[in-house]
Amino acid sequence: MTPLQRVGRWIGDHLVLALGVLVIVYLVVPIAIVALMSFNDSSGSRNVYKFQEFTVSNWANPCKPEGLCDAVSTSIQIGLLATIVATTLGTLAAFALARHRFRGRSGANMLIFLPMASPEIVMGSSLLALFVAAGFGGQLGFWTIFIAHVMFCLSFVIITVKARLSGLDDNLEQAAMDLYATEAQTFWRVTFPLVFPGILAAALLSFSLSFDDFIISNLNAGQTVTFPMFVWGAAQRGVPMQVNVIGTAMFVIALALVLAGGWNQRRRATAKAA
Amino acid sequence: MSQVDEVLHQHRERAQTRDLRLEGLTKEFASFTAVKALDLVVPTGTFFALLGPSGCGKTTTLRMVAGLETPTSGRILLGDDDVTYTKPYKRPVNTVFQNYALFPHLDIAENVAFGLKRRGIKDVKGAVAEMLELTELSTQATKTPGQLSGGQQQRVALARALINRPEVLLLDEPLGALDLKLRRSMQVELKRIQSEVGLTFVHVTHDQEEAMTMADVVAVMNGGVIEQMGSPTELYDNPRTTFVANFLGQSNLVAGEIIGVDGDVVKADMHGTTVSVPRERAHATSGKGWIGVRPEKVLIARTGERIDAPGNHMTGAVVTDASFIGVSTQYRVRMAWGQEITAFEQNTGLREVLAPGTPVDVSWRPEFAFLLDASQDVTAGLGEV
Repeated sequence: MTPLQRVGRWIGDHLVLALGVLVIVYLVVPIAIVALMSFNDSSGSRNVYKFQEFTVSNWANPCKPEGLCDAVSTSIQIGLLATIVATTLGTLAAFALARHRFRGRSGANMLIFLPMASPEIVMGSSLLALFVAAGFGGQLGFWTIFIAHVMFCLSFVIITVKARLSGLDDNLEQAAMDLYATEAQTFWRVTFPLVFPGILAAALLSFSLSFDDFIISNLNAGQTVTFPMFVWGAAQRGVPMQVNVIGTAMFVIALALVLAGGWNQRRRATAKAA
Repeated sequence: MSQVDEVLHQHRERAQTRDLRLEGLTKEFASFTAVKALDLVVPTGTFFALLGPSGCGKTTTLRMVAGLETPTSGRILLGDDDVTYTKPYKRPVNTVFQNYALFPHLDIAENVAFGLKRRGIKDVKGAVAEMLELTELSTQATKTPGQLSGGQQQRVALARALINRPEVLLLDEPLGALDLKLRRSMQVELKRIQSEVGLTFVHVTHDQEEAMTMADVVAVMNGGVIEQMGSPTELYDNPRTTFVANFLGQSNLVAGEIIGVDGDVVKADMHGTTVSVPRERAHATSGKGWIGVRPEKVLIARTGERIDAPGNHMTGAVVTDASFIGVSTQYRVRMAWGQEITAFEQNTGLREVLAPGTPVDVSWRPEFAFLLDASQDVTAGLGEV
């Protein structure tokens, strides 16, 4: 093997790995910066985007900036409510669309994509127009945001659950009925456990979409401030370092959930194999 | 007696006297009729096969018995109970599905226990262990279906149904997905289990060899109706229609003019040769007919040589093709009237393989022939699966 070939071989062997590492760095660096900045002591400096000095005071007093924790709490409340309502309605709708033939089914299947496909600014402004036209212009706030979030989360839930359902062998339900399971037992013993991962994924997706949404919320919020709106507002003057604390905490919680899920799955697999 | 034993015992008691009866069973779908006024009795404890090409209505029939399909008209009876419209979970009937339909989120033991648990039996461990033993799956109890091979999955599906001791066990092409060797051994296995547990098995298949190997009674279905029903030997030796003659094994069908009944035989003129067919194998007694004979019953010999058959010798035939397959040789022979017929000859070692072009005489023993009505399509059932 000539040295040139050897170099070629080395590159060939390590290129994919190197690219993979680069991509992961690309994904992780912004998060790392957020985590780092959450420990930044920005007091006494005018440039808040520069790391000055290490401190844990941001973590000790995350609610120090006025309105921050209220905004986070509003976002979490809207997120949870919207997730519960959208996941329930969406799951029911997905079952109807996947299992039954009825007039308007294909039309409904198309319309479900609309909220996903249309630009958020369009959805947001038309919802605002709707609320105002319907006489709710004075009541814009928590509940109008909630209604808007349920609307766009529904599409994602229906599509996620429907995909899971269509991958489900309908012979399984027939087999359950054949094995003395009533309709209700068939649903709770066979259908639901098999569709559950899809429903869970849909719920997680709903929550993060709702928590994250800025454009639609901002247009329909009235006096209410959600977390993304707070960050946006704060960014005009200089983001308080506590926002990084909230961001890091959210990330850590999500990571912990994913790890716990994976760990639980592995534990069950080994328990079965043993 | 434990709870399980008690339930199983009651079931067995009842199963003693309960035949499965289908009366005028019909299923119409929007665009076609899948099953046409089917009448059928499956006696308790028999291994019954519904044999037919795809689309003949056999699976629809099975699904109606299971309760997974509602008949358009007609009745399904188990003993004296009319179960035509009974919910599937209220029928003492279990199914082994074609694709097994094992529950992927449950392990093997849980899959097998599913039916007993749904019937409110709490202590299922013993019964499950016994069933896993019977199907040789004891070591797989804690695995999930995805971790098993096709043959193992098939046995789980069987165990899951059998553990309930149904009055009727329905098998929907249960061996279709297995390779040939595994299929053969599973056929033997199924037959063994059936005779051990003594339940009624209704087996749907398009594989005629499978049906004949396993079943006590075979019903050949075609176009939503039963063409003929009987023991495998009966169907093979005495087919009543061209479809059965062609679908079940191979047949040589030669056109002839029926002369008439003569004592125990029916005589027919076949291209100048008068052949006789036993009366009970003649399904037409006048007009034109198809004279049928199975290839292994056809005897050939070089022109002028002795053939060990008391029937007429047909002369002027020529071998057109000979394929030696070890255990036997398959000949294609062109008869004097131009038709090619097939003859299988056992490799007894008495004679070398006759080369194509060899002039031969052809004969068969009259008692092996059968006679069919010529109004039927001579190619019915050919090449269908």
